[in-house]
Amino acid sequence: MKILVPVKRVADPDNANKVKVSADGARVTSEGLEWKLNPFDEYAVEAALRLNENGASGEKLGEVIIVSLGPDEVQTTIRQPLAMGADRGIHVKADDAELDSTVVAKVLAALVAQEKPDLVLMGKQAVDGDSNTAGQVLAELLGWPMATFAMAIETADGGKTLTIGREVDTGVLTLKVTPPAVVTVDLRIVAPGSVRNGVTPDAHKYGEGARYASLKGIMAAKKKAIDVRTLADLGVTDGAVVTYTKFERPPARTGSVRFVESAQELVQRLKTEAKVL
Amino acid sequence: MLAFPQGSRYQLNGDSFSGGRRRGPRPRKAPLVAFHPYTEEHELFRKQVRAFAEKELAPHAEEWERDELFPNWVFKRAGELGILGAHYPESAGGSGGDNWFSIAKSEELVKCGSAGVTMGLLVQSDMATPCIAELGTKDQIAEFLEPALRGEKIAALGVSEPGAGSDVAGLRTTARVDGDDYVINGSKTYITNGTRADFVTLLCKTDPDAGHHGISILLVPTNAKGFSVSKKLSKMGNWASDTAELFFDNVRVPKRNLLGQEGMGFIYLMQNFQSERLVGSSSAIAGAFLALDRSLDWGRERMAFGKPLIKREVWQHKLAELYTKCEAAKALVYKSADAFNHDRYVTQGDVSFETTKLIAMSKLFVGDVASEVADQVVQFHGGMGYLEELWVSRYFRDQRLFRIGGGTSEVMKYMIAKLSGW
Repeated sequence: MKILVPVKRVADPDNANKVKVSADGARVTSEGLEWKLNPFDEYAVEAALRLNENGASGEKLGEVIIVSLGPDEVQTTIRQPLAMGADRGIHVKADDAELDSTVVAKVLAALVAQEKPDLVLMGKQAVDGDSNTAGQVLAELLGWPMATFAMAIETADGGKTLTIGREVDTGVLTLKVTPPAVVTVDLRIVAPGSVRNGVTPDAHKYGEGARYASLKGIMAAKKKAIDVRTLADLGVTDGAVVTYTKFERPPARTGSVRFVESAQELVQRLKTEAKVL
Repeated sequence: MLAFPQGSRYQLNGDSFSGGRRRGPRPRKAPLVAFHPYTEEHELFRKQVRAFAEKELAPHAEEWERDELFPNWVFKRAGELGILGAHYPESAGGSGGDNWFSIAKSEELVKCGSAGVTMGLLVQSDMATPCIAELGTKDQIAEFLEPALRGEKIAALGVSEPGAGSDVAGLRTTARVDGDDYVINGSKTYITNGTRADFVTLLCKTDPDAGHHGISILLVPTNAKGFSVSKKLSKMGNWASDTAELFFDNVRVPKRNLLGQEGMGFIYLMQNFQSERLVGSSSAIAGAFLALDRSLDWGRERMAFGKPLIKREVWQHKLAELYTKCEAAKALVYKSADAFNHDRYVTQGDVSFETTKLIAMSKLFVGDVASEVADQVVQFHGGMGYLEELWVSRYFRDQRLFRIGGGTSEVMKYMIAKLSGW
């Protein structure tokens, strides 16, 4: 299969205490932050690699293309999936400020028209904005079938049909999808047996989580191509539909942990002191 | 000398440092250090080592401390990920990176939270093996180094003896020629990875009357007849790492296991020590930074007389001093690392006396700073710092080794004086 995997760089959540709001409240500043690959996108990369390989022999069965939008620095973000084993990258130059889920979806739709992948596999959401919309908007723009929150993907016919397990509140909802399609993945897609492509023997054990890039992979990734495009190249000139008016930090936590003697006292204090009941 | 097919990415340009053949975009902001040795590949590698340390090692840290041994799969997994051989040439089974890969690795491994695990891995990658890449024959590299860098054979370095430490001229372990073999007799102690090593890079006297010039290095498989582990040693700290006393009773190894030339062992060892001391220093100062960072988290939550500890001026001043000292120590380590990388990877020669002196200074200074940090983080945590429940008391015990292992602080001072010509 030919699989397109869009990825986004996000501020490392472990550095969350460095996230600051600009003095005028207009934006969240990114100075001094460490960037990492959005975890859900990393899982999508892992799922795409598992779909397109014989896990036991290492033989490749198709192409995995990585796309990211943003300033020049996102090429670093693209290198990681390339080091994990993806084949090539596309960098769409843009300022972070001019992007929202709609712009991203339009860019991806334009790239799909050029690349004609069988599948767009992406994280269910980015852990910075938590919008959870880009995949859905893309499926709508393309008129393609969509499966969100995938925690299992199975194919027995080389990807002509996909059986997708979706994680929903009541359990797992199983869908049959005929590609081309958009699939967004959830955390459990990287459990050892979540992806079955009919080629990797069932006895093959994948590790828990996304694979690491070995140093050999990192060195090999240097030689893989990253095409650079602009929004204008792809005909996406409308601008973002979402505008932000103001950011503010949640109020600082006051007081410290207090222990109460009984449930009654807890309810009483929640009513009279915290005023949340 | 190290043969590097691709040369190094880190080179001197005129009188300023530059990243050489940098690929990919330049950062918009000027980096915080005067020179920036790390490329995109180093940074990606660093993140992978960190993920390995935090996700695959740290969850087991307590268990391995109790067991006083971390399992062998840790070597294997580190080998698979290219962590052990990152800075070795491809011709020796490595990935062809420069020495900054090794520095980055040593800084990230400390995040596994167990100094014993970090030490065991560093012995494998930077202490028992560099001299094999440097001097080894094709067969020696295939038999010992390549499997060690894959994590399949565990390596130990045999230098110290019950009666001789850094004063290696006083060694008693001997190897005499008998036909096509060397026959080894003697014992070694304080040997990291010693209870389970597959081979020992062994320093011994091949000519007992020749002083420094009678010392050689032999590669000794531990399955050889007459080799035994006479004792597993109990230690103050670094519990997850096994340390042993080794005994050689008429152990025979073929002459082809001689590393380099006979009688040159002392010189070889002095070279080999430099990577050990450098990577130990970079790891120790990264550990000190981590201890301070973790202490801040505690200080934000812990209230004393109505204010978080971190808001108390006395602690603000103390922490400011400690962070400053750590930055200064790191700057010195980076200066040494730069000199080492230049000597070994750019000009591909021996480690110079000037670099050796800088590395001795780094180890000396980092040892003092790390010990002060360890003492103060215990104080900062108060009673909790003295309990086994928290990481603090373990850190206090573990870091103490650094002023001893790989040459004591006193030996470092002796060397600085000697290399300065006093």
